[in-house]
Amino acid sequence: MLPLLLVGVPLPLTTLWLLSRLPAGGAFAGSWAPGGLSLHWRLDGLAGLLLLLTQLVLLASATYAVGHRRDAALTERAFAGFWPLLGGLAAALGVIWVAADLLTLYLALELMGLTAVGMMLLPGKPEALAAGMRYLLYALVGSLAWLLGVALLLGAWGALSLAELGSVARPDAATRIAMALLAAGLLLKAAIFPLHGWLVPVHASAWTPVSALHGALVVKASFFILLLLWRLLLPEVVVAAWGLGLLGAGAVLWGGLQAWRADTLKQVVSWSTLGQLGYLMLAFPLLAGASASVAALAWQATWLQLAGHALAKAAMFMAAGNLMFSTGASRLEELAGASRRLPLALMTFGIAAVTLMGLPPSAGFTAKWLLLQASLTSGQWLWAAVLALGTLLTAAYVFRALRRSLSWREAPRREFQALPRGTDLVPLLLALAAVGLGLVAEWPLGLLRGGHAMSAAFFPVATLATSLLAAAIIFPAAGACLPRPHRTQPRCGPGQAGSGGLDGLGAQPGS
Amino acid sequence: MTLGLWAFAHHLHLLRRLLAFNVLGSGIFLLLAGLAGTAREVQGLILVGLVVALVGSVLGAVLLRRLHALDGRVTLGDGPEASP
Repeated sequence: MLPLLLVGVPLPLTTLWLLSRLPAGGAFAGSWAPGGLSLHWRLDGLAGLLLLLTQLVLLASATYAVGHRRDAALTERAFAGFWPLLGGLAAALGVIWVAADLLTLYLALELMGLTAVGMMLLPGKPEALAAGMRYLLYALVGSLAWLLGVALLLGAWGALSLAELGSVARPDAATRIAMALLAAGLLLKAAIFPLHGWLVPVHASAWTPVSALHGALVVKASFFILLLLWRLLLPEVVVAAWGLGLLGAGAVLWGGLQAWRADTLKQVVSWSTLGQLGYLMLAFPLLAGASASVAALAWQATWLQLAGHALAKAAMFMAAGNLMFSTGASRLEELAGASRRLPLALMTFGIAAVTLMGLPPSAGFTAKWLLLQASLTSGQWLWAAVLALGTLLTAAYVFRALRRSLSWREAPRREFQALPRGTDLVPLLLALAAVGLGLVAEWPLGLLRGGHAMSAAFFPVATLATSLLAAAIIFPAAGACLPRPHRTQPRCGPGQAGSGGLDGLGAQPGS
Repeated sequence: MTLGLWAFAHHLHLLRRLLAFNVLGSGIFLLLAGLAGTAREVQGLILVGLVVALVGSVLGAVLLRRLHALDGRVTLGDGPEASP
């Protein structure tokens, strides 16, 4: 664990330094021309904050994964594939936040999608492979829709860089069709409400650190690109924005309902991801055709919700993984009695749920408060109702899960397996960070008030490039340097079902 | 492209779906080159698209073989149910 922390901690520190160098309300921007192409990038407050968030969640997941390796059901060989894929994911996410042209975005989006599919395949069980196959097909079709949209935009306006497109593109028919295609592809990749079919099966069989990364970051990246392009190309089209908002409302209600009805703990957490993504979609109607003050509120609320949810959801997946690992059970009924033996994991689950429900003082509370304010000020009462209902549903499914774990009367006698060192602390820190973000929300919100771009000095540019590149290299390197884990003994007892028959399956397919 | 889209939606067999994806992809690359000319950016887009399609198809084919070897299924949702 030590080499990982040693190489991983400088990354967020570098980003903090970059954020401190950003001029107030400004952004660094620049371009790069390898082989006649012209690629653009920009680093504003938002991109910097998302980069920081990404690095923190990546570091947490990697640290958790070191402990997770000791799970007796995992083979050494399968785990070797995790670290290169983690490096690829780190690079892809970093590039997505700072990219400012459609070609770079396409490249990073595809790299992210393929590494994410690869990570989901690592367990090697038939159900993981089937879910991964479904994810792969959806992701591939999504990227074709995206490419077609880009082709239309390029054909109509002859520009790929976002700044140039923003200045020449008018919202005519071609732009609308292109944006519809881009949106379809991105919604598919972000698992927004009607296109979420792949999300829950994929999480059901994935490893805990992979689920945490995916739920926290990967789906958010597609949403980020969608919101960015929408604001650039069709900022004033109210009808379509309302359509997207309604999709979000559907996601909040459907996700909450399904999470409430789910049988296994992991399904509860995955369905709740769907519901919480719905809140993000409410940004579209509140940003389009509303007054500047409403738009500013919605803008801040969206990114705060995104950050709070990323931290809380990563924590929740890890806490759920701990509960399932230690009890050997995955169904909610089988968790009875967990409160006595695993108070810390259960407490982490609860603290993460505080952010999801939007109780004060968490980031979720501040974000939902801002959203509520925006919807009431603009007179769009529908979204306020959605927010209230979503919160009630969230509380319902969280308390359903907690009630099962706290009941001890019908608790069966069973062996509890000790958690590997560190795996209980990492999610607790993440959950506390999500709550604490609500208390210090003024700092990130201040950075979000964007401004004009300026070209950067050499030093910040070099630092940014180095940190993006380093993220791709250090995780595989640190993973290779880790000592071999001391395996815990395979569990024998009533909770044995579910440990995998992994040996002898041959090499893992990687991307 | 229409043919590819129809085939993708119509066939359940995963190999046919992969092939349909490739037909669809080829159509889009042609359209892209036709609409936007042969500038460097277009070439870059198509190159990235080709690599992604290749990697995706190979990964899909490997997965399909493994699924078939593990429990004999060639479609999604067939065979033993993935999760309750």
